[in-house]
Amino acid sequence: MATAVITPERENYLNQEYGIKSWLLTVDHKRIALLYLVSITFFFFIGGFFALLIRLELLTPAGDLVQADTYNKLFTMHGQVMIFFFLIPSIPAVLGNFLVPLMIGAKDLAFPRLNLLSWYLYIIAGALMLHCICTGGVDTGWTFYTPFSTAFSNTKVVEAGVAIFIAGFSSILTGLNFVVTIHRMRAPGMTWDRLPLFIWAHYATSVIQLLGTPVLAITLLLVVFERVFHLGIFDPTRGGDPLLFQHLFWFYSHPAVYIMILPAMAVESEVIACFTRKRIFGYKFVAMSSIAIAVFGFLVWAHHMFVAGISLYSALIFSALSYLVAVPSAIKVFNWTATMYKGSITFTTPMLYAFGFIGLFTMGGLTGLFLAALGIDVHVTDTYFVIAHFHYIMVGGAVMGYLGGLHFWWPKISGRMYPEWLGKFAALIVFLGFNLTFFPQFILGYMGMPRRYWQYPPEFQVLNVLSTAGSTILAVGYVLPMVYFLWSMRYGKPATENPWNAAGLEWKTSSPPPTFNFDQPPVVDFEAYDYEHIPEVEEVPVG
Amino acid sequence: MFDNLPLWPARASTGAGNVDALYIFLLLLSGFMCLAIFSMIVVFALRYRRQHGHEAEQIEGSTALEITWSVVPLGIFLVIFAWGAFIFFQERTPPRDASEIYVVAKQWMWKLEHVEGQREINELHVPVGRDVKMIMTSQDVIHSFYIPAFRIKQDVLPGRYTTAWFRATKPGVYHLFCAEYCGSQHSGMIGQIVVMEPAQYEAWLSGGSSSGSLASNGESIFQQLGCVTCHRSDTQGRGPNLAGIFGKPVQLEDGLTVVADENYVRESILSPSAKVVKGFKPIMPVFQGLVSEEQLTELVAYVKSLSAAPTAGTKVRESKVQ
Repeated sequence: MATAVITPERENYLNQEYGIKSWLLTVDHKRIALLYLVSITFFFFIGGFFALLIRLELLTPAGDLVQADTYNKLFTMHGQVMIFFFLIPSIPAVLGNFLVPLMIGAKDLAFPRLNLLSWYLYIIAGALMLHCICTGGVDTGWTFYTPFSTAFSNTKVVEAGVAIFIAGFSSILTGLNFVVTIHRMRAPGMTWDRLPLFIWAHYATSVIQLLGTPVLAITLLLVVFERVFHLGIFDPTRGGDPLLFQHLFWFYSHPAVYIMILPAMAVESEVIACFTRKRIFGYKFVAMSSIAIAVFGFLVWAHHMFVAGISLYSALIFSALSYLVAVPSAIKVFNWTATMYKGSITFTTPMLYAFGFIGLFTMGGLTGLFLAALGIDVHVTDTYFVIAHFHYIMVGGAVMGYLGGLHFWWPKISGRMYPEWLGKFAALIVFLGFNLTFFPQFILGYMGMPRRYWQYPPEFQVLNVLSTAGSTILAVGYVLPMVYFLWSMRYGKPATENPWNAAGLEWKTSSPPPTFNFDQPPVVDFEAYDYEHIPEVEEVPVG
Repeated sequence: MFDNLPLWPARASTGAGNVDALYIFLLLLSGFMCLAIFSMIVVFALRYRRQHGHEAEQIEGSTALEITWSVVPLGIFLVIFAWGAFIFFQERTPPRDASEIYVVAKQWMWKLEHVEGQREINELHVPVGRDVKMIMTSQDVIHSFYIPAFRIKQDVLPGRYTTAWFRATKPGVYHLFCAEYCGSQHSGMIGQIVVMEPAQYEAWLSGGSSSGSLASNGESIFQQLGCVTCHRSDTQGRGPNLAGIFGKPVQLEDGLTVVADENYVRESILSPSAKVVKGFKPIMPVFQGLVSEEQLTELVAYVKSLSAAPTAGTKVRESKVQ
């Protein structure tokens, strides 16, 4: 176990080349990961800004801060930016890009140029989306429901659709690259049952990206064609069916939830193993549950449509299937909890995020049981109950996972430690702010407040005020890490090769790693999470 | 017992209590699960926090445990599924003799018509204790008819009818919301459901302005558009006789059979060649774009009235008011 402090002069992927060209033309997966990190952070704060405006508008029952049309654009673009330009690329394109080759002992991804192309597609899509936002925006809701989007909205539907269409290809290329890399580029000895669970979950995610995203692309093209050429596919007066759109849209967009949450689960498995100093309880079941989620995830789309006008019997089938997909998620939560049993637990920032993740994901998952129950879904679908539920999964789950992962691997990525006490403080702020923002929305939803309402009856105000108050706290929690991560790049304590004494190949190379990741091609002769043979770190490192 | 807590809307229909019962069950179950998992995490985190001289104990896993915590939740999930499905089945099966309200949604208003001819906008008066079925369609985009106090919601689509039903139990004024985003004034597409005692309701019904019952208006449209020249009340017409067909199976030219419900009648008016009745030629002109949604509902109501018992008009009214 090498514990030598790396001298800053040592050549690594960050200092090997300088200049803007060395970044924009790089094919190094680690540099591309950083390009993604910067770009998705930019979009995260744009989406977050929209969210804050939404919450401010809802502070009072009357529509008084912005116009109705502006409000409609705000929630539409909040959703589109956060989902397609932040959440879907977040963990896979940043942490996955950085870590997949490192974790399996490869020099790079299988197709480095394709990886760069995927970032450029993302940037083209993002630029188009920004142009769309700055020149009027779009007001269809992120769901683009027809016939509103095809025949009634007077906003830039085509431009937003094309932007998301292009972003989809960026996502497909990342997925393709991961699948091929995981199949073909594993180091000698890195068998499938020795793969870190991070890799298993990213593999499952990539399969969804590959199989699901093309359907979204087709669906958006149909919307664009229908809008431009009036084909009549979704127009009932010409023999079309608006529900067809919903089926196609959710066929991608439900699995897309798993594109967002599986990578967060991937992060938690690594973090929990490290800070309990244990192999993940039931490794095989956790690995297979990722695959099960990816498969079952494709069979439940119509649970978004129980009141949309589908038949009684299809509703019954999709309700039952939705309960099946809850089982593998429950398996993960139980196994993480069991991993803590007889562990040796330290409370670092990433571990605090992991605790937060389990708590919020559990609540998000349990409220999913409410929504899958047909009789209850009729009452709470399209209300704030749904808003709260999916924010518990996507913000409480995916974003907590992303932040936890960013802290965990920050020493590896940047070669510096972040200030640990500030990290813990921010994690606490995020957790409290999140719950204050979104818990009241469950109650609002059951009381009957519909989503996407610019003004609302006064009896809903108290809970809305709580929610808005929470969102300002949450915003502070999100700005803090950005500030101290930037600070740490210059002033943070240099990180050792393995500051957490974690298992896994990515910790067996320097921090930051050299361009081709390993000085010697690694050979794997140990199981995943081999904590039995790794000593505990003497002191928890602080930046 | 929970009525005074502001955690749920008024419970004002026969179905609302069933939904709340399952909701409370799920709240308790989730509360228990959260408590169990979170307290385990807290206990483990404290009990097994890092201490000098203590090392983590490596445990591979346990197939027995994995099976237990997969199968037991699955069993519980199936119970929830069945319970939820049972409620949904009731919500989606209107009683046969429910009185009907025709709803036409448009950006951004609700137009509601009673069979007796009363028209309301963004307001619906109904008596306590009567089964009421809404037959709904949209003139433009998708809307959703949502009454939180009754725990019912149903999307309202252009180009077809969807239905929902309730039986109000408590007089009062309740929210009607549009729950499917429908453009600029989505949050303004709200109204109220006024639930009245039957006597008051009768007074309201007779006091309001009525421009003839839906069926009688439908009959005059039927005459005006010349439908009557082919759909004659004998067997000599070039189109099928419409008396008594509503709610009955119809044999089609292509060998299939459909039940003549509202959507079938609607489709046969708008695009007649879609389903041609056995023994007839596809010669009827297309009425797509020629009749408004309101006229369509009146025509449907008229066709329906041709299948009711001769004295139905008065009889149904009496039996519905208890």
